[in-house]
Amino acid sequence: MKRFFRRFIEKFIEGIFFLSSSVTTLTVLLIVVFLFREGMGVFNKTPIEEGFAIALNKNNSVKEISSLDMKNIFDQNITNWKTLGGNNDSIILFRIDDISNYFTDEQLGDSLQYVPKCISSLVDSLTGIIAFIPEKYIDKHFAGRKLPMDKISVGKFLSGKEWFPTAQPASQLGVLPLILGTLWVSLMAILIALPLGLATAIYMAEIASEKVRRILKPLIELLAGIPSVVYGFFGLIVIVPLIQKVFDLPVGETGLAGSIVLGIMALPTIITISEDAIRTTPRAMKEASLALGANKWQTIARVIIPYSMSGITAAAILGIGRAIGETMAVLMVTGNAAVIPHTILEPVRTIPATIAAELGEAPQGGLHYEALFALGCILFILTMATNLLVEYISKKRKYNKQ
Amino acid sequence: MKIRTHQVNLYYSDFHALKGITMEISANTVTALIGPSGCGKSTFLRVFNRMNDLIDGVKITGDIFIDGQEIYDRKTNIDDLRKNVGMVFQKPNPFPKSIFENVAYGLRVNGINDKKFIEERVERSLHQSALWDEVKDKMKKSAFELSGGQQQRLCIARALAIEPSIILMDEPASALDPISTAKIEELIYELKKNYTIIIVTHNMQQAGRVSDKTGFFYLGELIEYDDTKIIFTNPKNPRTQNYITGRFG
Ligand SMILES: Nc1ncnc2c1ncn2[C@@H]1O[C@H](COP(=O)(O)OP(=O)(O)O)[C@@H](O)[C@H]1O
Ligand SMILES: [Mg+2]
Repeated sequence: MKRFFRRFIEKFIEGIFFLSSSVTTLTVLLIVVFLFREGMGVFNKTPIEEGFAIALNKNNSVKEISSLDMKNIFDQNITNWKTLGGNNDSIILFRIDDISNYFTDEQLGDSLQYVPKCISSLVDSLTGIIAFIPEKYIDKHFAGRKLPMDKISVGKFLSGKEWFPTAQPASQLGVLPLILGTLWVSLMAILIALPLGLATAIYMAEIASEKVRRILKPLIELLAGIPSVVYGFFGLIVIVPLIQKVFDLPVGETGLAGSIVLGIMALPTIITISEDAIRTTPRAMKEASLALGANKWQTIARVIIPYSMSGITAAAILGIGRAIGETMAVLMVTGNAAVIPHTILEPVRTIPATIAAELGEAPQGGLHYEALFALGCILFILTMATNLLVEYISKKRKYNKQ
Repeated sequence: MKIRTHQVNLYYSDFHALKGITMEISANTVTALIGPSGCGKSTFLRVFNRMNDLIDGVKITGDIFIDGQEIYDRKTNIDDLRKNVGMVFQKPNPFPKSIFENVAYGLRVNGINDKKFIEERVERSLHQSALWDEVKDKMKKSAFELSGGQQQRLCIARALAIEPSIILMDEPASALDPISTAKIEELIYELKKNYTIIIVTHNMQQAGRVSDKTGFFYLGELIEYDDTKIIFTNPKNPRTQNYITGRFG
């Protein structure tokens, strides 16, 4: 009886463990599936707001307008059809609100029943017109030509240079500036944090006395525990004004500010992991070097660092991993301009910052909303790639050390 | 006398590890240090290249002269001392570098950059350590690809490359198979012509085969120090007698 009871308890506990591990796995899978399902929705849609259409005069020879050109037309950066390979003819913009400039209320009808006819005749009469109108106002015998819009493809999404999802009439969904912004800020952060972190790690592992180490170590761990918003505040109040002054810039909110803040945030990861790696250098290896007349610094540079190289690389990549995904602090100090950065002293915008800033204002299920999820997918892929790289390198490390 | 120590005491913080060691070693001889585990052989060996300096809390008293110079004198440059006193460790410990770079390491850290000179010295050292024929076609390969015995001979070549006059060996063959061990012993015999060698070993036969003089250590004291032949056939101290006949240790 007692034995039976014990076996029952064992089975029961086993079951709970199995259940919790399957729930965890399932949750992770669900999150990924959800992310990609929402994100993929953006593709194969047109960047025009749903229910709207673009129409031209039927004699207009322009066959296709990219969404970037569309934005330039409506921003009046392009004012002549010639620019797009059409006739030499001024472009006349027409939005549905403009209709009262052309027709009286009487002509439109008291329940607006004549609007489609009016638009049709207007498009027919003005050769340079481009009309951005609701589909429902397109007459059965429409005299103009509805312009087919390009669908959003993965390639265009990734290589597009403009991110302006709320642009009228066509959303600009080019994520290249955001990807580049993310990579720039993260790489610069590592360039700042790696030398500093490595120096600290070497100091702690090889030079500092046990007493100093006992003070330093908890301080560095404390650094890891500070919430990201606090780093953001620090960046905003100290680093941003400093950069503005030092480089004499109009604004201090730049990629560099983001990199510095991220660099500081990545320091604990880099220091802890590379210190551990440095500590794995066998004592005999160090003694062998010293016994050959090498001094302490030569031993560090020529034996200890090469020996712990793979651990140091892993530290750097994990540091980048943290930097790539970091949102709050970056959002606060980089200026968030979605343009391709040419120098690190310009405002940039990263993927996480974009999602955090825009998700609140993007209507659920809309194009913008789905585009933000697609950004999330890209971020997921970026961080997963860094994690795989770490795994690959640490595998190689085990192999290297016999 | 190549090496002379007088009343050397060494403390690891409170622990008295070497007690009044006085010893004289002449040039171009092999001296074996034997004794049970923990009696201070390694500690004494590491006195000669000041390796114990790395350990916190070590205190040394007494005099140690090499070529008539007090090596714990403030005037002594520790890096120069270590260039003159090479060391081979218990376990082969090559650097994570190529075979060539392992041997060239001592030259490079001592500021030698002449490529031709380094190549010649590396080749000569590998000849001296009887490894040349086995590695001459794979100098760029990682040192970890060699067998344990080859690695140990590489470590010997590495020590020889900076032309020390003394070589310290701390149980250099204890991690090796019998064939590799025989090769190392042969090598020690060869090297004696040009170097003064001090070797720690727990292998009595080995001490008998390779050394001219033997010192028996027990609990931090040098119990007996004499010609190897005498130590093994006619020791004066009963504790030495007991140890070499295998009654303890
Ligand atoms: N770093 C150290 N700190 C404290 N005690 C040590 C240290 N190294 C060795 N000892 C002690 O000194 C004694 C001699 O050690 P060692 O010279 O290594 O002996 P052997 O090489 O003869 O086996 C041993 O009792 C050992 O415990
Ligand atoms: Mg020992």
